[in-house]
Amino acid sequence: MGVEPAPKRYGRGLFLATVAGGLSSLAWARPVMSRVSAALGPVESLVPFVPQGWRIYTVSGSMPKFDRATWRLEVGGLVDRKLSLSYDDLRSLPRAHQVSDFHCVTGWTVKNVHWTGVRLHDVFAEAKPQFAAHGLQFVSAEVPYVDYLTLDQAHLPDVMLAYEMDGKPLPREHGAPLRLVIPEMYGYKGVKWLQQVNLVPQAEPGYWEQLGYDRDAWVGRSNGYGS
Amino acid sequence: MNFVRRFSRTERSLHWVNATGFLLLLATGLILYLPRLSVLVGRRPLIKDIHFWGGVGWISALVLVALLGDRRGLLRTAREIETFQPSRFNVGQKVNAVLNAAFSVLFLASGLLLFFGERDTRFRFASTVVLHDGLMYAALGLLVGHLYLAVIHPATRHSLRGMTRGTVREDWARRHYPRWAPPAD
Repeated sequence: MGVEPAPKRYGRGLFLATVAGGLSSLAWARPVMSRVSAALGPVESLVPFVPQGWRIYTVSGSMPKFDRATWRLEVGGLVDRKLSLSYDDLRSLPRAHQVSDFHCVTGWTVKNVHWTGVRLHDVFAEAKPQFAAHGLQFVSAEVPYVDYLTLDQAHLPDVMLAYEMDGKPLPREHGAPLRLVIPEMYGYKGVKWLQQVNLVPQAEPGYWEQLGYDRDAWVGRSNGYGS
Repeated sequence: MNFVRRFSRTERSLHWVNATGFLLLLATGLILYLPRLSVLVGRRPLIKDIHFWGGVGWISALVLVALLGDRRGLLRTAREIETFQPSRFNVGQKVNAVLNAAFSVLFLASGLLLFFGERDTRFRFASTVVLHDGLMYAALGLLVGHLYLAVIHPATRHSLRGMTRGTVREDWARRHYPRWAPPAD
């Protein structure tokens, strides 16, 4: 009888292969995922328990509650006339509609979001901005969330204060009743639960920017991506 | 009825520490991940803290149990699992154990990247969140199969006793693990 060969250590191989495969996916998982979801198309929405793109990020203990009767958007800062717009005032301004993609800095994307709302120049038309203003401050009801845009950034054609998303009033978790939308930048610039828009001398670091994120959050060329 | 020893105290501690940690991380992770749960529960900063420190605690507790427990016995068990030949465990159990160990390493690595990536762009990769979420689905799949066999399936659910009290019926052990020569209890 010959000597029995030592049993092969398949377990070690499987362990190392799984760890190596998983780590290598840091280089390919997202492109592959976007191809898969493009191939699946609308079928993807039938898969249960997989969120359809959105994740809900908040920075405080609870989400602000929208009360249509008392809610106001304060428009102020370096303007000749401060405004206090009710929800109905806001909805009576010229309506704008757009379809744009939403990119989160953590790596997920929601394609073809339908937004309805108002353009910033329509909001500020009556307020009469002063020449000293070079930035815009967006203050959330979710304290202490705040962010800024330069006037140039705010003038991009598809920047919007949105009160509808995909044909329905903006849901609470997406910032009801009003949020900033700027598709060229990562989602953390899109302040939710907006309650104040102020013209300021210049843009300053916002909530996440004070924690190390880029102030100019261009999709694909900021925050360590595509540099 | 004769009982035989199936799992040592160290093995059982390791299993239950692992299970507790995993379930805590699964629950808090799902609250962070699924929009409906995020909205229902709120308190995101708190849940995030519990998830992160739970993860750190989970891995530390596993290491601690291994260090303070029967190290030699664990090493023997690890070598036994590596072979993929039926012995005290069948091949499915061995594959499950190996994959879970690999997943833990990947959960830890991707979780740390998410944590530090929030603080420093050098650790920020677009695919980290895909890996972390994908691991969750894979690990959840293994868990469902494991729970079915350990708790529900009539022929195999007696094995749960091995993981709670440490012993199983001798006739059951012979039937399910013919290549295992169990030590009598």
